Amino acid sequence: MGPRARKPKRMKRPWGPPMADAAAKMRTIEIEVLRYRPAEDSEPVLQTYTVPFTDDMSVLQGVQYIKDYLDGTLSFRWSCRMAICGSCGMMIDARPKLSCQTFLRDYYPRGLRIEALTHFPIERDLMVSVDGFVKKLESIKPYLIAKEPRSLAQGEYLQTPLELSRYEQYSSCINCMLCYSACPQYGLDPDFMGPGLLALLHRYNADSRDGGREERMPMVHAEEGVWSCTAVGYCSEVCPKGVDPANAVNQNKTQSALDYFLRFVLPRGQAK
Amino acid sequence: MSSRPYVRSMRKWWMTDPFFIVYMAREATAVFVAAYALVLLVGLVRLAQGATAWAGWLQGLKSPVSIAFHTLVLAAFVYHTWSWFRIMPKTMPPIFIAGRRLPPGAMTGAGLAAALAASAAVVLFAGVAR
Repeated sequence: MGPRARKPKRMKRPWGPPMADAAAKMRTIEIEVLRYRPAEDSEPVLQTYTVPFTDDMSVLQGVQYIKDYLDGTLSFRWSCRMAICGSCGMMIDARPKLSCQTFLRDYYPRGLRIEALTHFPIERDLMVSVDGFVKKLESIKPYLIAKEPRSLAQGEYLQTPLELSRYEQYSSCINCMLCYSACPQYGLDPDFMGPGLLALLHRYNADSRDGGREERMPMVHAEEGVWSCTAVGYCSEVCPKGVDPANAVNQNKTQSALDYFLRFVLPRGQAK
Repeated sequence: MSSRPYVRSMRKWWMTDPFFIVYMAREATAVFVAAYALVLLVGLVRLAQGATAWAGWLQGLKSPVSIAFHTLVLAAFVYHTWSWFRIMPKTMPPIFIAGRRLPPGAMTGAGLAAALAASAAVVLFAGVAR
């Protein structure tokens, strides 16, 4: 260090106040939870918890605080805490959101109300029954079905950026089911395939490497397929991964109509 | 797994979120579009019935009630047109121009421009026909 070296400046922490300040800034917020314990409750009841929180705490962390310190009987699903696993979706002030991605500070000081994802049966507290969704997920064959057998010697499948862009956004789906809670048509008719799965179905149909369109189109044509959609469009609004299910569903209305009208000259997709 | 999952009611679902109210407004204004198609259809029938019937129908359109109705329908039409073209990009396959995807705003804008041009053409034609 030379003679003119200055005393190093005290390093600032651009990412937030030191821990002591954070503790001082600890506030409390009221979280109203719609609870349902099938063994005790005949119908869901609201229960309010007062939760201390810091600016960086997500709603999920608030719920975890309740479970750890206030009421161990509260049930909810979560795993990754980073909007990848799709487990922690719930209604937060009546909007479907991932609780790991939503911050308590945005609801301060008025508080918030959380409830299990709407349009699904409540299993217990914030957990919904996903049986119907999983059954449908299997039925759409959400995997690439090769057009013809291909040997290793033939090398990899090549795809242009344009071909990739036709399906890429749909491959971001994490099966969090928020779009189902945003879809009144699914709420009114649980047999409806729903936005997320129709978008996933489209993801494979729109892939230039896939040859499974014939096998999937009957599900698109069905009344429970795209024709149950009335273009509300809220599914695309609430998607945490930027997928546009409404676009996938409505493009397939055109596909389905074309298959129907062209079925004699261009038989495909088994339209009846 | 519980043996009795609780299914929540869908009663008044469209009042649970402002987005649904906007959606219902789009769907409800379609009723005005259908109603006005009926008004025009009646005009066509009256025209087929002869000059007197046609003149009577035209006279009816000039009544204060009819003018109030037209104002209401116009407002509903404007809202319906706007909301319909706003959802249109969601109903269209992606359009690529020179390798770039056409943004949704451009589709909505094009639709609104087409609606405006068609309305202007009708007004212009009506002015010339006079």
